[in-house]
Amino acid sequence: MKSFSIGDHRFQSRLFVGSGKYADYDQMLAAWDASGTDCVTVALRRVDLDHQAEKRNLLDVIDRERYTILPNTAGCYTEDDALRTARLARELGLGDLIKLEVIADEQTLLPNAAATVRATDVLAKEGFTVLAYTNDDPVSARQLEEAGAAAVMPLGAPIGSGLGILNPTNIRIILDRANVPIVVDAGVGTASDVAVAMELGADAVLLNTGIAMADDPVLMARAMGLACEAGRAAYLAGRMKKREYASPSSPRAGRIHE
Amino acid sequence: MNITLNGQEKSVEPGTKIGSLADSVVSDRSRIAVEQNRVIVPRDDYDSVDVADGDVIEIVTLVGGG
Repeated sequence: MKSFSIGDHRFQSRLFVGSGKYADYDQMLAAWDASGTDCVTVALRRVDLDHQAEKRNLLDVIDRERYTILPNTAGCYTEDDALRTARLARELGLGDLIKLEVIADEQTLLPNAAATVRATDVLAKEGFTVLAYTNDDPVSARQLEEAGAAAVMPLGAPIGSGLGILNPTNIRIILDRANVPIVVDAGVGTASDVAVAMELGADAVLLNTGIAMADDPVLMARAMGLACEAGRAAYLAGRMKKREYASPSSPRAGRIHE
Repeated sequence: MNITLNGQEKSVEPGTKIGSLADSVVSDRSRIAVEQNRVIVPRDDYDSVDVADGDVIEIVTLVGGG
């Protein structure tokens, strides 16, 4: 499969996969392997002062030759918290990539688009390669691009909901007008959701819960990877036009009753 | 002297450096990033930067997330 780029970063797979909610690291690594991904998201949190000693650190289990690490600012409800988290991620040696989230509301986890635009502007000027998480809204997608986002990541549906691509029309409009890669992020519940996003022309899909919360995460990871490739191929192939009435696949001429 | 470390009140000896504070909570400095009063402390400076009374210090690491 042809590689693609976000900023200076090249990726072989168009599926980005999270590292949250797995039963253990072994299951997570097996799922990543099955998905074919080469970019994984991680979060930053305070070191647990009471229990850190017995825990293996996530950085100890990620093969950085194989996987690009994409840190996120998940759980940040203010622009300031998101900026601090991004800078801490860079200080951790994770490079300039940041999945920027500024969340507006705990129940919906929907993004605060205005604050995300402001934070994108600041981080882009500081040299970050910003992948900006946002609503399925063509206006905020354009604003993020203008603010310096290297990629815009409209949601398919709320984080962790598994509802799929709720507004394919808006995703299509975002794709039509974009000059940066578009990564559909969040809400992907199963393989067909990935295929829908890729058939619309998305450059990539990012998901976590759809794999981690499947009954068999490793098998679902494989399904997601296959759907990503299938959807991309279908997009490139160019689907047939839809029509209201049937059109026979076999010739009308030469039928035996004629 | 008293500081707030990762949201918890802590008592530390005067003269404590960021480095010794970090070593008290993790075994590998390369797995953390440190913020002192909202300013990042570069890893190379851990052993030269003093912890001061009233400091608010965050020591963060990576965890699973999406």
